[in-house]
Amino acid sequence: MLLRHTTNKVKEREALTVNPAKTCQPIGAMYAALGIHGCLPHSHGSQGCCSYHRSTLTRHYKEPVMAATSSFTEGASVFGGQANLLNAINTIFSVYEPEIIAVHSTCLSETIGDDLGQIIAKAREDGKIPEGKHVIHASTPSYVGSHVTGYANMLEGIVKHFAMSTDEIKRQVNLLAGWVEPADMRELKRMMSVMGIKNVLLPDTSEVLDAPMTGKHEFYPKGGTTVPEIVSMGDSMFTLGLGEWATKSAAIKLENQCKVKFALTDLPIGISATDRFVMALAKAAGVSIPEAISSERGKLMDMITDMHQYFYGKRVALWGDPDQLLPLIEFLADIDMKPVYVVSGTPGKAFSKKAHEILAEKVPEAKIKNGATADMFLMHQWIKEEPVDLLIGNTYGKYIARDENIPFVRMGFPILDRVGHSYFPTLGYMGGIRILEKILGVLMDKMDADSPEESFELVM
Amino acid sequence: MRKIAIYGKGGIGKSTTTQNTVAGLVEAGKNVMVVGCDPKADSTRLLLGGLAQKTVLDTLREEGEDIDLDDIVKEGYGGVRCVESGGPEPGVGCAGRGIITSINLLEQLGGWDDKYSIDYTFYDVLGDVVCGGFAMPIREGKAQEIYIVVSGEMMAMYAANNICKGIKKFAEAGGVRLGGLICNSRKVDNESAMIEELAKRLGTQMIHFVPRDNMVQRAEINRQTVIEFDPEHGQADEYRQLANAIDKNEMFVIPQPLEMEELEKLLIDFGIAN
Repeated sequence: MLLRHTTNKVKEREALTVNPAKTCQPIGAMYAALGIHGCLPHSHGSQGCCSYHRSTLTRHYKEPVMAATSSFTEGASVFGGQANLLNAINTIFSVYEPEIIAVHSTCLSETIGDDLGQIIAKAREDGKIPEGKHVIHASTPSYVGSHVTGYANMLEGIVKHFAMSTDEIKRQVNLLAGWVEPADMRELKRMMSVMGIKNVLLPDTSEVLDAPMTGKHEFYPKGGTTVPEIVSMGDSMFTLGLGEWATKSAAIKLENQCKVKFALTDLPIGISATDRFVMALAKAAGVSIPEAISSERGKLMDMITDMHQYFYGKRVALWGDPDQLLPLIEFLADIDMKPVYVVSGTPGKAFSKKAHEILAEKVPEAKIKNGATADMFLMHQWIKEEPVDLLIGNTYGKYIARDENIPFVRMGFPILDRVGHSYFPTLGYMGGIRILEKILGVLMDKMDADSPEESFELVM
Repeated sequence: MRKIAIYGKGGIGKSTTTQNTVAGLVEAGKNVMVVGCDPKADSTRLLLGGLAQKTVLDTLREEGEDIDLDDIVKEGYGGVRCVESGGPEPGVGCAGRGIITSINLLEQLGGWDDKYSIDYTFYDVLGDVVCGGFAMPIREGKAQEIYIVVSGEMMAMYAANNICKGIKKFAEAGGVRLGGLICNSRKVDNESAMIEELAKRLGTQMIHFVPRDNMVQRAEINRQTVIEFDPEHGQADEYRQLANAIDKNEMFVIPQPLEMEELEKLLIDFGIAN
């Protein structure tokens, strides 16, 4: 019983967070930056920050994650990190030769007030940025928001630096991806290709963080949205942002900067959200929905009806990020499961409000909380008060799963102890099938393990 | 809209000068916003008739993230929109970070939306430029012009010169420029000539010489600007002239800070020689 000290009595807490359901802003900034081709993320702060962020990404994606650091010392903390960053930019461009350096700040550099824009302007003036190369930046203090905020900030930084409008309108749609797996990025592109929609997907971590073993190490793998593609986003017909938390600020920036209208829609997780996504895409691009997409939807519906009895009424506890959780709980409610507990460390009052709206009719008893004190400890206490049948969330739930003997599906970030998430999508109708397969797998494994001999079923 | 930051040594009279100047601009029909960037939160006292303002950071601490603009902006004399950043007590926390946080928040909440048709924003900034946070008001897209309040005292001039070093760094990368020195007289020898010379060496101008007058003190005790307290008084006219000079100012430069020796020599030449 690793969590044997967790009590079943929930007390209002003012300050303490125990096992938070979020992580640092710069991890998100790094992940977003890795979705641009030839980009080296750079952490403007002490070395420890950079190591932690890289290793968390590496442990989740099982790929080497490259990033540089300003390596702050005591001196840099006192006098500001300008000298370090100028030096770093010089070294990186001469030794590692990226197309782009994506600089993000850290708690320390934010607190001492380093102005990344000013330092980068100085680097340009001093001729430290070679012709045709770029340095972009985002402000990512970890004491504000969460990893999702960092992702959103870097996405906005990318758009701000590159997107440009000429007078020529391109017949293409911008898709701003929320924080999803490389496999999901690929799935989004596949769906758009099936629908015949020319598009720019930003960022795109497929073929970067799921690159094949070829026997040769590629410092900059072949994937990632290219600079010309990002520049062209300013001339697109429309922008679709997937997930308010991750993409809203970038979508607004793109509209303000280049007059490209946008709409936000949920990440296409499950039936309803994927329906909305497909409709929004069809509308933005002016295409009709092809038979192939309807057929995928039908397959998901088929599986739901076939297996309904196994998941009907099952109580589920979930934790993770707002953009994933909202469509996911909607999906669970759609198929008659009961998402009763939901926590997210990412703040924003809109989350609890929306989640309650989604569940108002089918699961009015649901407990939902987000922000600093919405942590895994609270989740565990709720479960102790009244148990659930299933856990869905990142790896940090494995302690609860083990202590309480509850089936556990790993979804979200980070997943440190299983593989597959970067190869098999959970977005779209086909992704819905994968989610259901995983849910049914763990529920049925438990039935098989626990059922008495006389009701042990061969056929399920 | 013009965004102006006022810097200067602690206790030199930045807040008093700013508020009196703002009163002069308001009288001339301008829409003004004042953002106090001092943890003591006394940058808007004369415009609001006392320390009546709940600071941005206190509001943030007590009410959490969902704040309305109305919670932190209070209208003062002549409709001036007043904001106080606030910050920690002396000895704890990080005041500089507080300023970054509150200016970011103001921007997020649309404090400068077109609907307010603001002509002038004044950032009243604590003391010297001592860390990154205090330079926040002069970062890209924020204040474009700076005035330094100074007197003929050595330490005030030293601080002004030091602030010019900060401005130079930001000016070279961004758009911020020095608009001039405001001499807030301490009645030292040859003060006006000396500050004019300092301004010249820095490459700027002395935009106005505000004489020392006890009326300022009396107005302060009554929690008012001089223009409000005694509009007919000569000192009120001084502030009107300063407001007008800022309004008409077209001289914006990147300052050339002096070496310490040069600065001391200036003081000797003007302060003692005659």
